[in-house]
Amino acid sequence: MTSSPPRLRALPLIGVTLWVGLLVLASVWMSRQAYRWLPVQASTAAPLVDGLFSFETGVGTFVFLGVISVMVWVVLMHRADKYDETDAEPIEGNTRLEVVWTAIPLVLVMAIAAYAIRVNTSLGVLGPMEHIHLHNSVEAQGGYPGDRLPAEGIEVIARQWSWEFRYPDAGVSSTELHLAVDQPVTFRLVSEDVIHGFYIPAFRLKQDVIPGTAINFNLTPTREGRYRLRDSQFSGTWFAANQADVVVESRDAHSAWLKQAAAQPLQPGLNVAAAEYAVRSKKSKAGWATVPPAPPPQVNVPGSDRLLHDA
Amino acid sequence: MTSATFPASEPQPSWTRYFSFNTDAKVIGIQYIVVSFFFFLIGGLLAMIIRGELITPEADLVDRTVYNGIYTMHGTIMLFLFIFPVLNGLNNLLIPTMIGAPDMAFPRLNAVAFWLVPIFGGLLIASFFVPGGPAYSGWWSYPPVSIQNPLGHLVSGQGLWLTAVALSGVSSIMGAVNFVTTIIRMRAPGMGLFRMPVFCWTALAAQSLQLIGLPALTGGAVMLLFDLVAGTSFYRPEGGGDPVLYQHFFWFYSHPAVYVIILPVFGVFSELFPVYSRKPLFGYVYVALASFIIVGLGLVVWVHHMFPSGVAQWMRNLFMVTTMLIAVPTGVKVFAWLGTLWRGKLRLTTPMLFCLGGLFNFVFAGITGIMLATVPVDIHVSNTYFVVGHFHYVIYGAAVMGVFAAIYHWFPKFIGRMPYEGLGKLHFLLTFVGANLNFLPMHPLGLMGMPRRVSSYDPEFAFWNVMASLGAFLLGVSIIPFLLNMVSSWVRGPKATHNPWNAIGLEWLLPSPPPEDNFGEHVPTVISRPYGYGTGEPLVENQEAIERALTLQEARA
Repeated sequence: MTSSPPRLRALPLIGVTLWVGLLVLASVWMSRQAYRWLPVQASTAAPLVDGLFSFETGVGTFVFLGVISVMVWVVLMHRADKYDETDAEPIEGNTRLEVVWTAIPLVLVMAIAAYAIRVNTSLGVLGPMEHIHLHNSVEAQGGYPGDRLPAEGIEVIARQWSWEFRYPDAGVSSTELHLAVDQPVTFRLVSEDVIHGFYIPAFRLKQDVIPGTAINFNLTPTREGRYRLRDSQFSGTWFAANQADVVVESRDAHSAWLKQAAAQPLQPGLNVAAAEYAVRSKKSKAGWATVPPAPPPQVNVPGSDRLLHDA
Repeated sequence: MTSATFPASEPQPSWTRYFSFNTDAKVIGIQYIVVSFFFFLIGGLLAMIIRGELITPEADLVDRTVYNGIYTMHGTIMLFLFIFPVLNGLNNLLIPTMIGAPDMAFPRLNAVAFWLVPIFGGLLIASFFVPGGPAYSGWWSYPPVSIQNPLGHLVSGQGLWLTAVALSGVSSIMGAVNFVTTIIRMRAPGMGLFRMPVFCWTALAAQSLQLIGLPALTGGAVMLLFDLVAGTSFYRPEGGGDPVLYQHFFWFYSHPAVYVIILPVFGVFSELFPVYSRKPLFGYVYVALASFIIVGLGLVVWVHHMFPSGVAQWMRNLFMVTTMLIAVPTGVKVFAWLGTLWRGKLRLTTPMLFCLGGLFNFVFAGITGIMLATVPVDIHVSNTYFVVGHFHYVIYGAAVMGVFAAIYHWFPKFIGRMPYEGLGKLHFLLTFVGANLNFLPMHPLGLMGMPRRVSSYDPEFAFWNVMASLGAFLLGVSIIPFLLNMVSSWVRGPKATHNPWNAIGLEWLLPSPPPEDNFGEHVPTVISRPYGYGTGEPLVENQEAIERALTLQEARA
């Protein structure tokens, strides 16, 4: 090794540098791709979450490809010959290397954590512990700075297995959630039976709905369209069917909808579980035991689950 | 008959000992492993039904109640009846032989701990046949869903489930007491802690976690059982209880449980990479200590399972940071393995392939783990298929692959016969391709917003679900060459020498299979660190004489 000319000794260094360069390019490309794996961005939270995810994808790609490159290299280049029974050179460790590979991940994960805490703070998706005193001041309400404006209040009632949305100011209830674009909104999340999860993927936000506690939850939709609200905490037999549509519309369309909805008579809301349960109870061999679905809520607007959604 | 192939001086013990209350750790080890694979097949069959249901968006293969019961039992069986018992099997086989002990510290307790497994396993399987069907609230069993008890009977699937989990906790605590005592008290002369194989370090770390964490889960499960059958209100909101309290009890143990699973597998990687690269383990002391750093940190990360449950912001940030820190000692291990492989003389035998494949999958799982640790990303993907993909990469991709590596590697030692390489490599190929095809598509699904535990889904998720189901079916097929290999090589495989892989370790200085009391009175004195590949240093005093005697004995047989 020592006898090889300097030009040859530089070769591995150049090779590794080139390879690392390639990995960096691949990581940057992946971090751009990461946005495409996520649904459309429809809330103020979405760009923040997606930015963090894209950054983590980039860093993660680099680490993954780096480790895999070493593995592929040794498998290709450091295989024992067929009849070679001898041992390799006994290298037992290298303190400097061990310090380096402790320090680098430490710095890396702390950097990611610092970034995540910053995003977290601007998201301000607060838990109930901080919400308990929220009636005292606007400040305690926290939330994304843009959400600290007087917001429309909507009561969300989760049941086995339906979602009901009440607009107390307009006197409207619905099983389809309507929101005005760019208008901050505060939800009051309650459950009448078990834990449910209030999850709208296009908004990148999720909050468990805990029975016995009312949780206030702020967000601001930013894109008009039709999205899905999905129950994200397993809630029993029809958990998978416990979904609702979220319609984000212009301010004018939203107030028009509220006015029109208030005039409509109450009728049974959308409830896939109750419909399936009725069919099921007619069968002789229906499967295993289940809690019966709560009766469909009486609402002004039942909505539909058969319309195309954006995410 | 096979008895003729064994040394005449040692009569072959009867096969019926595997069905008896036997106190020999090597018998118990094999009992654990065989029983766990029996349940692995049941859990796997349930997984096939799950993926069969999810190959189409509608709930059409089974009723929704049946789907929920099946996914619950799949998780429960795979964790409590496959992965924990199979690792305890490895512990039983390896710990005494690796440290030169004649048996475990408390052999009877050991046998009781094992025999609880078929008992609570039977209880769990019996719950399929009680009126109303088995538990259906997922392996987390969060109240209030888990205490709804639709039929209102005293004996319900959920009640049997909780009894089984509590018994499993008791069994594991018994095992943990035994493993920890054995490792601390019964090492061969000269084997200080820093001459102990890394597998024993990781087992010690994992079993300490069991001792600290399991009481929380077992107590939490008993309280849930009281809520279910005795009308108490520990977790019932209408009675003043707090359903989120259960989540703390549950995850205080069940997050460390992941380390109980993965640490011994790290131990297996640390044992096998040196053997098949013919190099010492890179940075042995640091790798050994990293396990205990993981134990310390692992105990203070549990709230990361509850970020969307409604916890305060400061808790979210705190538990995010502790979770991220775990990447550091874990990274140390990964880099140490790469350092071990580097410039080694690699032999791509079946166990080595499983280790390399397991490491590949583990690195991927580690990266998605960091993503999940960061609160804002977790808020979006928690309780989606992203998490399902992540932990299947950990548990199947890394842990089960590591278990397979261990079985192929130590099979000759404890069975006395060689497994077939061809079948082993086929098994590896099917497992590696199947696992990646099954679990990779779950990540895009989760990012798109598909919740986990659903029996039906919106049509936009269909493509990746079809891919995942095809992978699952491939994974289902992959077990066939393994079973074929195990059965045929056990019955008529070529006889194994005492050290077929040319490995360094006390267990390789015993005959294959080892006699009941291992070294008996003649425990060798350890004079150097493990993994002395290429150093030429002997591991124990009089090593040459011991090996000569073993070779002579094999030649006579």
